[in-house]
Amino acid sequence: MLSNFDFSVILTALPYLFGTGMVFTLSLTAMAAVGGVILGTLLAMARLSGIPGVWHLAKGYVELCRSLPLVLVIFWFYFLVPYIGAYVTGAATPIQVGAFPSALITFMAFEAAYFAEIMRAGIQSVPKGQTAAASALGMNYWQTMGHVVLPQAFRNMLPLLLTQTIVLFQDTSLVYVLSLTDFMGAASKVAQRDGRLVEMYIFAAVVYFAICFSASLLVRRLQRRVAIIR
Amino acid sequence: MNYNWNWSIFFEPSPEGTGTYADMLLSGLYWTVVTALCAWVIAFTLGSLMGVLRTLPSRTANAIGTTYVEIFRNVPLLVQMFLWYFVLPEILPRGIGDAVKQMPDAPFYTAVVCLGFFTASRVAEQVRAGIQALPRGQRMAATAMGFTTAQTYRYVLLPNAYRIILPPMTSEFLNNLKNTSVALTIGLLELTGRARSMQEFSFQVFEAFTAATILYVAINLVVVVCASVLERSVAIPGQR
Repeated sequence: MLSNFDFSVILTALPYLFGTGMVFTLSLTAMAAVGGVILGTLLAMARLSGIPGVWHLAKGYVELCRSLPLVLVIFWFYFLVPYIGAYVTGAATPIQVGAFPSALITFMAFEAAYFAEIMRAGIQSVPKGQTAAASALGMNYWQTMGHVVLPQAFRNMLPLLLTQTIVLFQDTSLVYVLSLTDFMGAASKVAQRDGRLVEMYIFAAVVYFAICFSASLLVRRLQRRVAIIR
Repeated sequence: MNYNWNWSIFFEPSPEGTGTYADMLLSGLYWTVVTALCAWVIAFTLGSLMGVLRTLPSRTANAIGTTYVEIFRNVPLLVQMFLWYFVLPEILPRGIGDAVKQMPDAPFYTAVVCLGFFTASRVAEQVRAGIQALPRGQRMAATAMGFTTAQTYRYVLLPNAYRIILPPMTSEFLNNLKNTSVALTIGLLELTGRARSMQEFSFQVFEAFTAATILYVAINLVVVVCASVLERSVAIPGQR
């Protein structure tokens, strides 16, 4: 029962949970979100480019990522990244990649597929006439995208991109399967060390809920403010 | 790049002694599918109920539905999995808690319940969106015909709403299927977990994960095909 719920366990673990765990979780989320959006935008542009080969490749990548569970992708990259690193640097043996870079590459590559779908909808939400007008003004593809289409696409899709980032924040807890020390990993390490599973897991749930719930309220407010009235 | 490819590994006996590595992966696939289907039963029933609650003209009902959705949507699945598996038996009265801990196949039942409740919050959102997408006149017409609230939902609103939300429900089902892999953390021997143990036993990392990838893509295709068959068979002739 909850009668022997011990708050002091949580209190003493706080510096470790937030100083090590939450810092890892937040920096992974932020960097993966930025990288994922950039990569996702490129994927969306590739998919809409209509260049044979290029759009097939982009579509195949997005569909593949979306049909695989994140846990499997985390394992894939965990073993693949050392080989890719060896290939890129020309080393003969698989190179050692730290836990954080490996996790970052995984989440960037995986979430890019989801961000790509959002950005594709965003690019398509910009009326065709604007692209036509831009080329009538003599702008090339990159100028049209950079100055006309993408700024509006980002604005239209900002709430969705942020919602996806909240999902990403929750998903980073899955680095647990690689025994990394993100917030959840830190909580579970303390839980197992002190034999205090009830306190630590309930506390972790409360913290995740508080962060995600307030973030989604903020996104909802933002959604009302940035919405372009047509 | 010096990796020893060995595709015949799948036909070699696994150290568990019950068959080949291929059998091992297929048993993982079996548990993935069974867990996903059982969880979907809970998710669909509970999700529909919560979605309907959020569209009723009662404040209490709305509050219950909204609270449910917000709680289950804002806590990561992994954390929920641990709460059900490690925390719940501890905070139940001792007798029941011990019975839960000693249950055979505890990871399977925990995964089913956890995924069911988790996915229900997403299903609830879809059901609510589907009902709200219907023209207001339908509810009014039903009331004018003398239908009770239950009859309005059963005969007018839900049959239409489910048809509208069939595509997003398909992707929720696929998410549910993929999310079964999180249950490997509580010891469920599903497909990803099996691929992982095959890698640990045989050191053939990429063969194991390639096979798992192909199996996941294959079930995805099967689900997508089934969903489009279902969509065509339930479509109302002449609508849209």
